[in-house]
Amino acid sequence: MKKLLNTLYVTTEGAGLRKDGENLVAEVDGAERARLPLHRIGSVVAVGAVYVSPALIGALARGGIALVLLDRQGRFEARVEGPVSGNVLLRRAQYRAAEQPEEIVRSIVSAKVANQRAVLQRALRDHGDDFAPERRSAVEAAVERLARILRRVAFEAGGVDVLRGAEGEAANLYFAVFDDLIRVPDPALRFRGRSRRPPLDAVNALLSFLYTLLTHDCRAAAEANGLDPAVGFLHRDRPGRPSFALDLMEELRPVLADRLALSLINRRQLSTRDFETRDGGAVLLTDAARKTVLTAWQERKKEERRHAFVDEVAPLGLVPHLQAQLLARHLRGDLDAYPPWFWK
Amino acid sequence: MLVLVTYDVRTSDAGGTKRLRRVAKACRDYGQRVQYSVFEIEVDPAQWAALRARLEAVIDPAHDSLRYYHLGANGQRRVEHVGAKPNLDLDGPLIV
Repeated sequence: MKKLLNTLYVTTEGAGLRKDGENLVAEVDGAERARLPLHRIGSVVAVGAVYVSPALIGALARGGIALVLLDRQGRFEARVEGPVSGNVLLRRAQYRAAEQPEEIVRSIVSAKVANQRAVLQRALRDHGDDFAPERRSAVEAAVERLARILRRVAFEAGGVDVLRGAEGEAANLYFAVFDDLIRVPDPALRFRGRSRRPPLDAVNALLSFLYTLLTHDCRAAAEANGLDPAVGFLHRDRPGRPSFALDLMEELRPVLADRLALSLINRRQLSTRDFETRDGGAVLLTDAARKTVLTAWQERKKEERRHAFVDEVAPLGLVPHLQAQLLARHLRGDLDAYPPWFWK
Repeated sequence: MLVLVTYDVRTSDAGGTKRLRRVAKACRDYGQRVQYSVFEIEVDPAQWAALRARLEAVIDPAHDSLRYYHLGANGQRRVEHVGAKPNLDLDGPLIV
């Protein structure tokens, strides 16, 4: 199996990255802070003002190592890629499949809803006794209704729009009780519905940042497997949107991002002072908090789970790669359907 | 797999310093220097073959020596460090 390669995050303002031999060298104020052989890293994420030497940019592109630039708020700015590679026949198959995406969308939506349901069930199992009775029954009701949506998604014919509708309905149900999974009493850490661009509270700021990290990994997985990250199935094509990367991400969101956000808050690894409010109400993570989140994110990616379909134990960080690979096999005709990823 | 590479290059004869520099550079391209002539190198078998060929083309077998310690796929577990110069864990979170 492919090795899970590490990601280097550079968050120090004014840090410089350069190439030395086959090494990447990170410097802050002229002092060497890290020296890494290029074959050990899968991608480099630079946050804010980070200087990258032209020689290093070239070496990263040649080595197929993604270089992603995020702004200080953690929003995506740019991505440096080498020449388009991979199999043109595979990409053509992907475009054709995107015209008739129903079965792939069905797989993705099933797995997403099932994984959202699993997150709620897990919370009930782990600390259901601590819930107030009416909140507990609200979460139980959401679990029940998600199960009904799942059955509908699996058996009802009706085209992609019906599936998209089911996905939206499930998301509403799920986020309506998401606040109940937060176990710290702090009023500043409550979740009142999803907001983005900009996130208007701490929980949304954290979710948005984690989704950005996950999108970046899914996009890299799509490209590494020769798929076009922009041509999606569940997500409609839109200029500049990595629709396929977003598709790939849907089934992983509840487990990789939402659960991690909950752990960070519930274990009090993040608190109110890790967030700052900007003009206009946008809430952002502070620099120090971003490091906490990145560390937790990297650790989470190393946790291993058995993959139900390939029946192998793989680190969570490789799941986007495995899913992209399985989809590629389906598009090539080696698999009858796309087997999505279910969290157990 | 993790390989520990150590070397001794005789620098007293002509060309010795040049060989020493080249050996060090080859090791540094693939791994991490943990002590002066000691490198920990995490490679796949193909990369190992390439590095090995490069090293053995540089040294003068009459005067220099290389030692490879194969620590296997879980090699990190077999390594303990005591004292100064703690090195960077390349598999841990990398945040600068």
